[in-house]
Amino acid sequence: MNNSSILNSKNFRHLFIYAVFLIASVLPTLSFAQENDTNGEAKKFNPKEAILEHIADKHSWHLFGKAFIPLPVILYTDKGLETFLSNKLESAEKGQEPIYHGAYYNYKADHNKIIVVNNNGELDAAANKKVLDFSITSNIASMWMAIIILLLVFFNVRSAYTKREGKAPKGLQSLIEPVILFVRDDVAIPNIGVKYTKYMPLLLTMFFFILINNLLGLVPFFPGGYNLTGNIAVTFTLALITLLVVNFSGNKYYWKHIFKPDIPFWLYPIMVPVEMIGIISRPFALMIRLFANITAGHIIVLSLISLIFIFNTLWISPISVVFVVFMDVIELLVAFLQAFIFTMLSALFIGMAVEEHHH
Amino acid sequence: MELVTPEIGLVFWTTISFLILLFILGKFAWKPILGAINERENFIEDALQKAEAAKDEMSRLTNENEALLKQARAERDTILHEAKKVKDQIISEAKEAAHTEGARMIELARIEINNQKAIAMADVKNQVASLSLEIAEKILRKQFEDQQKQEELVSQLLKEVKL
Repeated sequence: MNNSSILNSKNFRHLFIYAVFLIASVLPTLSFAQENDTNGEAKKFNPKEAILEHIADKHSWHLFGKAFIPLPVILYTDKGLETFLSNKLESAEKGQEPIYHGAYYNYKADHNKIIVVNNNGELDAAANKKVLDFSITSNIASMWMAIIILLLVFFNVRSAYTKREGKAPKGLQSLIEPVILFVRDDVAIPNIGVKYTKYMPLLLTMFFFILINNLLGLVPFFPGGYNLTGNIAVTFTLALITLLVVNFSGNKYYWKHIFKPDIPFWLYPIMVPVEMIGIISRPFALMIRLFANITAGHIIVLSLISLIFIFNTLWISPISVVFVVFMDVIELLVAFLQAFIFTMLSALFIGMAVEEHHH
Repeated sequence: MELVTPEIGLVFWTTISFLILLFILGKFAWKPILGAINERENFIEDALQKAEAAKDEMSRLTNENEALLKQARAERDTILHEAKKVKDQIISEAKEAAHTEGARMIELARIEINNQKAIAMADVKNQVASLSLEIAEKILRKQFEDQQKQEELVSQLLKEVKL
């Protein structure tokens, strides 16, 4: 039997290409390892700490290796605003964050948080409560980047519509148009009904905002790799907007259903509170769903990469990488799915609020 | 716990950013895009309806044409039929006329021939009579040249006459 034919076969070439990619994809993870090694040989790799560190919001924007873009820190204190760049809180040596002496208080970076400290570097709990952090964090910076991308994309698409009026879509326009039509025909119209036009801008903006942040979150290096839609503050804001829109568009049938449902009056003490909880619980579920799905995806991918450091051998990396690729493919689906579900449920709740009943 | 505690800064900036994005996209992107899509859909719908109407019109015209063609064909057939009839009639009439004319001419010819024949016969009779008379005269002249014969005949004749 001539085994050389195996080398010439198409499958072998494919396998070889895959193998090269797998090995190449392991390389970035080496820097991850070195980063931890600088903390000292004795310190054992702590996956939980490393993963939470990676999915958390930061005060500087990671470029590559040890390069960071400093971001503005904006602190609202009881005495006034404090603004400075985040690199004032960093030092060359890790673990020894310097104290920044601001105009009103002294600040120190504790993990990813800015805390108020006294002159000795100890936490000043009383003062800490008076300081609100409005800093431009890495999440906010990347959100703005995503917003700029969205604006560029949709202004381009809009100009395509005005330039090629009445013609078949072309280029970027033909990529975006089916998605817009999907949101209109499969999300807005079936759930809201005839009054859908008023809510189209909100639903489209929501869908594309979540989608692009989900997708950029999957890119493992600058400018992606952040965890915006997996941040509870962001999903909270989006869910809050849904809550407000739903309740401000609620018609008399919607409020009657909550406060005066068609049930025996002695059930009111049970049903009215339940319905009132429902007002909150629906957007609350939206908030948790998006946050949990995206964060979980990031955690799984990071955990699989962490296997290399837990086993402390590079030989495990092909397995890690195969699983990470598998997870990334699933996450790609989840990115679309969660944007769709968030938008669809928002549309559904709006639809419930504006629905006309004919009793 | 830090993971599930919303930070005020991020909430604040997300709200502002999202609302600004919503406003800008709503005003400058979604409105014209959705408008253009709607317009195009209406246009396509309209065009499809027009195409359908044109198809109906076309089939109606085709049917009409076919009916007209059928009618024309039938008309042509009747015209041809009639023409053939007329032709036959004319031919037969002409034949008949020719026949009668021929017969008449033959009859006339015969009458003429008969007339001519009668005239010729009369002529011939006259000629024969005059010739006969001449011959008889000549014979008589010859016989009565001698006196004796004349007396003989007179005597004979006188004998025959019985009074």
